[in-house]
Amino acid sequence: MRGLRASSARTRALGLEARRWPARAWAAFTPLVVTLLLWSAAPALAVDPAQMPNPQLEARYVTLIHEFRCPVCQNETLADSNEDVAGEVRRQIRTMLLAGKSDDQIRDYLVSRYSEFILFKPEYSLRNAWLWLLPVVLLALGIIVALRIIRARAALVDQDDQIVDTGESATRG
Amino acid sequence: MNTNVDTHLGTPAPAGADPSSRTESHSSTTAGADANASPDSKPSFNRFLIPIVTFALIAVVLAVGIKHSGDVGVIHSPLIGKPAPAWNLPLLADASRMIGSKNLQGRWYVLNVWGTWCYACRDEQPALLAIAHSSPIPIIGVDWRDDDAQARNWLAQLGDPYATVATDHDGHMAIDWGVYGAPETFLVNPAGLVVFKQIGAMTPEVWRREFLSRLPAELAGRSS
Repeated sequence: MRGLRASSARTRALGLEARRWPARAWAAFTPLVVTLLLWSAAPALAVDPAQMPNPQLEARYVTLIHEFRCPVCQNETLADSNEDVAGEVRRQIRTMLLAGKSDDQIRDYLVSRYSEFILFKPEYSLRNAWLWLLPVVLLALGIIVALRIIRARAALVDQDDQIVDTGESATRG
Repeated sequence: MNTNVDTHLGTPAPAGADPSSRTESHSSTTAGADANASPDSKPSFNRFLIPIVTFALIAVVLAVGIKHSGDVGVIHSPLIGKPAPAWNLPLLADASRMIGSKNLQGRWYVLNVWGTWCYACRDEQPALLAIAHSSPIPIIGVDWRDDDAQARNWLAQLGDPYATVATDHDGHMAIDWGVYGAPETFLVNPAGLVVFKQIGAMTPEVWRREFLSRLPAELAGRSS
């Protein structure tokens, strides 16, 4: 109940009516919605028009820029980022592709400069195996605990009739 | 009541304790695994062990996370202890002349990546000027992704701590050195190895703690 009151206070504070909005109010939001939708299209344009001499290089380039993280943004690939640094790393990848470097050479190069942080998908190694294994372990633990609780509760229900008859009246009475 | 079992996970009392204190236990929905244990049997450790182990696991994970929370956004350079990538860049003063690793072989130098677009670079300028004044180590400036005229103007206004300033207009050298922001300051030894990298503004304190401590005594100005 307190939560409800707080939230309606918040709506009032925002100048929004808690009642149903008239159709006109929705119409007023249309420009905002359209703007947001267009905004979400911006990352798609972040990839600079790469001018690779042939489709094979172009395809490798597009794959590579999706495999690396923008150094200054935690959750964006080089392909998605508008950051200047991301653009410079993309250009470095283009240069290396044109110089005939293999994908592995480019990957090693970037890791030797920016550490494994640059890999959008971390490499599987003994050091970060827990990243992959922890969810499985937690799930297994959860299943074990859940099973035991369910079994215990099932056993409890069997005995409950007797307990209510004897124990309850004895202690309360 | 005695047939009731102590199944309440949150009840610290051992099984077999005063039953009247546990009248609510049979309505409990959080029955433990050892629900079948009679009050006479030995208290099971599971009902304590599982929460304790879970707590310890979560505590360790969170402790590691908190310990590294200061590192968020910091990329520790894999170049430390490795040869500095070769570089060769035009001078800010005269774009027809170049400076690079070849010119600096066999000596200690500090390489400071900056730009007039970088706010923290303005903040660290006094510290760099003081270092240039007090230390024999040359500070090589790399003006990154910048306009030459603005850079000259900046140095004229704020003072010039640099032995030499090179320009890296397209960021080629910066990327090669794993730079991802300005300012970043590298310490390179006479063998050409990167000894240290400071991410963020230089301060007198950082200079003393991280740079001077890595320099040989005669260059650090320590009386040994």
